[in-house]
Amino acid sequence: MAMLELRGITKTFGGLKALQGVDLVVNEGEIVSVIGPNGAGKTTFFNAISGFYPPDQGEVLYKGENVAGLGPDDITKRGIARTFQNVRLFPNMTVAENVMVAQHCRTRRGAWSAIFNTPSFRREEAEIRRKAEEILSFFGTRLVGYRFDQPAFVLSYANRRRLEIARAMGTGPELMLLDEPTAGMNPRETKELTGLIKRLRDEKGMTIVMIEHEMRVVRDVSDRVAVLDHGVKIAEGGYDEVSSNPDVIEAYLGRPAEESA
Amino acid sequence: MTASTATVDRPVRSAVDVDWRRVLKWGGLMGLTMAFVASIGMLEAFDRRLIINPYLSLGYLAIGWIPFAFAYATAHEEVKEGIEAPVKGLRDVVAGAAAGLVGSAGLAVFIWMISTFSLRDIFVKLSPVLVRLLTFDTSVATGVLIWVAIMVGLGALAGVMHVVTPRLRKALFSGVAWALAVSLLEAIVKDAFDEVKLRWLSSWAYNLNGGLEAIPAIVIAIIAGIVAYRYGGTIPKARRTYAGLAPERRLRLSVIGIVLVLALFIGLPLIVGGIVNELLANVGLFLLMALGLNIVVGLAGLLDLGYVAFFAVGAYGMAVLTSPFSPRFAPALDFWVALPIVILIAAIAGLMVGTPVIRMRGDYLAIVTLGFGEIVRILFLSDWLSPYLGGAQGISRVPFIDLGPWEIKGSNPKSIFYLVAVFVVLAIYISWRLQNSRIGRAWTAMREDEDVALAMGINTVTAKLLAFVTGAILASFGGAIFAAKVGTVFPNSFSLLVSIIVLVVVIVGGMGNIPGVIVGALVLIGVLGGPTQPGLLQEFQEFKLLIYGVLLIYMMLKRPEGLVPSAMRSRELHHEELTQDAWLAKEPEPAADGGTA
Amino acid sequence: MIRILAIVIISWGIIGTIIDAANGIGPSAANWRDLVVAGLAQGAMYGLIALGYSMVYGVLGFINFAHGEVFMSGAMVGFFVADKLFEAGLWVDNFILAFLIVLIASIATSTLVAVIVEKVAYRPLRAAPRLIPLITSIGISFFLQYAFFGLFGPAVKNYPQLPTWLTQKRDIFGVLQIEGTKIVVLVVAVVAMTALYQFVERTKTGRAMRAVAEDKEIAALMGINVDRIVVTTFAVGGAMAGVAGILWAMLFRGVSFITGFLPGIKAFTAAVLGGIGNMAGAMTGGVVLGLFEGVGPQLVLGGLGIPGVSQLKDVVAFTALVLVLIFRPSGLLGERLGSEDRA
Repeated sequence: MAMLELRGITKTFGGLKALQGVDLVVNEGEIVSVIGPNGAGKTTFFNAISGFYPPDQGEVLYKGENVAGLGPDDITKRGIARTFQNVRLFPNMTVAENVMVAQHCRTRRGAWSAIFNTPSFRREEAEIRRKAEEILSFFGTRLVGYRFDQPAFVLSYANRRRLEIARAMGTGPELMLLDEPTAGMNPRETKELTGLIKRLRDEKGMTIVMIEHEMRVVRDVSDRVAVLDHGVKIAEGGYDEVSSNPDVIEAYLGRPAEESA
Repeated sequence: MTASTATVDRPVRSAVDVDWRRVLKWGGLMGLTMAFVASIGMLEAFDRRLIINPYLSLGYLAIGWIPFAFAYATAHEEVKEGIEAPVKGLRDVVAGAAAGLVGSAGLAVFIWMISTFSLRDIFVKLSPVLVRLLTFDTSVATGVLIWVAIMVGLGALAGVMHVVTPRLRKALFSGVAWALAVSLLEAIVKDAFDEVKLRWLSSWAYNLNGGLEAIPAIVIAIIAGIVAYRYGGTIPKARRTYAGLAPERRLRLSVIGIVLVLALFIGLPLIVGGIVNELLANVGLFLLMALGLNIVVGLAGLLDLGYVAFFAVGAYGMAVLTSPFSPRFAPALDFWVALPIVILIAAIAGLMVGTPVIRMRGDYLAIVTLGFGEIVRILFLSDWLSPYLGGAQGISRVPFIDLGPWEIKGSNPKSIFYLVAVFVVLAIYISWRLQNSRIGRAWTAMREDEDVALAMGINTVTAKLLAFVTGAILASFGGAIFAAKVGTVFPNSFSLLVSIIVLVVVIVGGMGNIPGVIVGALVLIGVLGGPTQPGLLQEFQEFKLLIYGVLLIYMMLKRPEGLVPSAMRSRELHHEELTQDAWLAKEPEPAADGGTA
Repeated sequence: MIRILAIVIISWGIIGTIIDAANGIGPSAANWRDLVVAGLAQGAMYGLIALGYSMVYGVLGFINFAHGEVFMSGAMVGFFVADKLFEAGLWVDNFILAFLIVLIASIATSTLVAVIVEKVAYRPLRAAPRLIPLITSIGISFFLQYAFFGLFGPAVKNYPQLPTWLTQKRDIFGVLQIEGTKIVVLVVAVVAMTALYQFVERTKTGRAMRAVAEDKEIAALMGINVDRIVVTTFAVGGAMAGVAGILWAMLFRGVSFITGFLPGIKAFTAAVLGGIGNMAGAMTGGVVLGLFEGVGPQLVLGGLGIPGVSQLKDVVAFTALVLVLIFRPSGLLGERLGSEDRA
């Protein structure tokens, strides 16, 4: 059974058909990239899967269960995490707190135990903190040490993107939806992040669906690539297959001025 | 920028190179504001209280700070980051004096108008007394000339403030502030000194008719100024170090600080008189409510404008359950038996208010809660429900609280204060623990970005409801004690005004920040007073709501983080220094492939 | 759930009233007509004030709490002018002229107050998260109320007596008997609203206002001076409130420093009821709310047998507010918000 299966996802906004009958299958342990020109509906796609709005039609089958229409918190609880295209950290919370709060749905201690400072509460808090530090250390030395207690807004852009991913990891997912993880990074940072994504799959066992524009990343990391254009999936396959597909080229670059007869 | 910046000449501007437009603008505003303050009767009402006997009354101070402040603003120049700060010199003194001159022209026109025309049927406070005060008991012409002299002088002084070093400036302000504070807090100081057998000191310092004597005022100002000058840098530095400490050490210091404050709190009522105790009890009740609202607004980010409804539920609940005069339903329980029931009712009320507003956006939530608050008040007031709740007469003969050896009742304000203090400590503890827990983090996340909080798996519905319920319970504590203290509950004690004032306390103190809320309650309710209850300075009674409005506006425009910024916000304000310190302390992190940090 | 409960209660009340009427209990037909007419007149006024709320929300995305005080300030200053005119005898001799002068004074004041408030308090907060201007507007509302209290005293100021030819009841088509004042209120309101509608739909400035409401950034890119348009929006809203101030004076004659509070909140309810950001909605919402407030208490609560119905008039209005915001926050005619504000 596939980890994630999307059948006929359709979403319309007023007159705009953002997504029309998109199908996609993602198997466990795969890294699938979703590419396409701007406005193709990629982020809408992610939003529909992660519960920000329900798809008008179609099914989102996560491990066999249809989660279409559930709220984002329910979907996260089931094991799907996502990052955002424009990094949306909690700016005034510290680096560690951002990752700690992500563990909310995996932890239980509520108001009573907080007020009475019960041993189980203390234990859980310590565990939350430890786990956050562990996740952050996955990113090397960039987000550790004195960084733990710095407010998130002091971070550099690249570090913020990393924290965004760390936070997604904090929710304890099995499937991660990364929305343009390398946007705005320079080549060195991009290379590092590419390695990170591979490690996420290899070491942490994540299944990853990724929206990307940077083709080098897509080529280096993806098992499969799906191409969206104007809300429709126009191609799917390995990178080489897809990148030489004339429809895909047309979507990005347009038709050659003179069509051969 | 080399180390020899001192040798680089920053341009010294000519004394007449003044921004005349600014001078005109601020001078005009100065005159207008002074006219306004006079027209609402502040000058007259405050004239009775003397700051320095017999030279300076609060009335003249209330109008006299304006030229100084506005002239100061005239010469103020925004220093942008990275750009050389301009050299302050004679030009600023000229600017200040000029602004004072323009302002005095405006004031002159005002004085002439009110002394020539009879505008009293429109502007009710323009009495002959006011004219006398404004003309210093001489003629209009002389009075105007005196004002011109005063305002130009004050303006020039304000300009001078720009020229002196920041340290000296702070010292001067400190000196004046302390003298003012000692004068205004006369009642407390006198009582306190009496108790510790220092009455001779207070009778030397204060005049029999109120206010400080001139020499003691100057002495206080000088001492405070010197202290500020020598030790002036320590507080910001201490705050920075505090904010930069590791969490555990910060915690330990906070605890020590809190214990000290508590000790002061417990000791204070013993040395002050009855009126001040009454005041403190009032402050405590509002503080209780503010702590509750702090959870709702400050932590969870839900702007509840109908918060007084929970206070009312607590008060009426206690009244109905304990008063033998409660119409229709009078179980006449004991306070402590009724309290858990009241808490339960409040929690249910919290759920009832919270449930419909879960999915609303912030401003609609504010208005709906306002609607709820008003509905509750009108219903409590109505004839329809008067068989149960007493209508406009309310419920009377709410018994005082029996605690075995102690009786806690309104006629013994000290006892009320201690009871309130116990609950306040409880409320502080609950707030603090919730803030630093999983649910506290969830609230903060929800407040900062609700959509992303959902994506983190936070069930915002339960989080919001929890905030409402906790806030409701804390407010009901206040209501229950209030009912027992006052002995009667009237629906008109629970108006929108109360909700707004509690909100102002939370905001001015610093949202989401417990020490800030405490300071806010102390300063606002203690000095200015609550909606109906007077504060320390009775004269403010008429004007306090106006001042609350101005405060709210000022805070939102200039300092939305509040008077006492939280550690989080404090970090915000100093983050450059902190990151710099951190960078200097540790080696830069070795990147995996030598990449950028 | 709550929706069903609300419908049940309202229907029960209405049925109760109908039964009462059939049995001859309760208000007579003429009384009902009076209630309806009074409700309409009041609703027209709410509509005018609601326009201010609606336009500001559409353009800047927050509730201008102080708008009720803008309305009050016009009515207050109008009173002083009317009083002086009365003393001078003009009020009695040439009422129409006097009325026009007072109307202009009221409009001028309201507009001035609205514009000053925008410049001083809202413009610096243009970029702030939306709750901050809301809280600031609460502060301004307070400040204005108590400034007026301080300057002019707490007493209610009563406008001079209106001439009898105005106040007497007139026969409309032999069916309705309406006081002249109410007719004037309705007519003036309609004229003002029509003028505004034309202004917004047909003129260049009006188009610019709609553009700014839609998307400030793009409007700026189109060469529109956003600041100036915002000021115009406030000014127009203020002017409408000034007209409403005079109409209030005609209907109720008394004005004090707290006169603005309740009508302000009710007008905001009306704005949301009709669809915030939507001008036709504000006008419609105003009329609907006015009717509901005029007739509702007697119709629903009277039918339920609740005593002291007139006291609960405000409860009806507040309940309407709460119900609308909970169940249909987009309003009857749909909201029209900028791209940033749409949920």
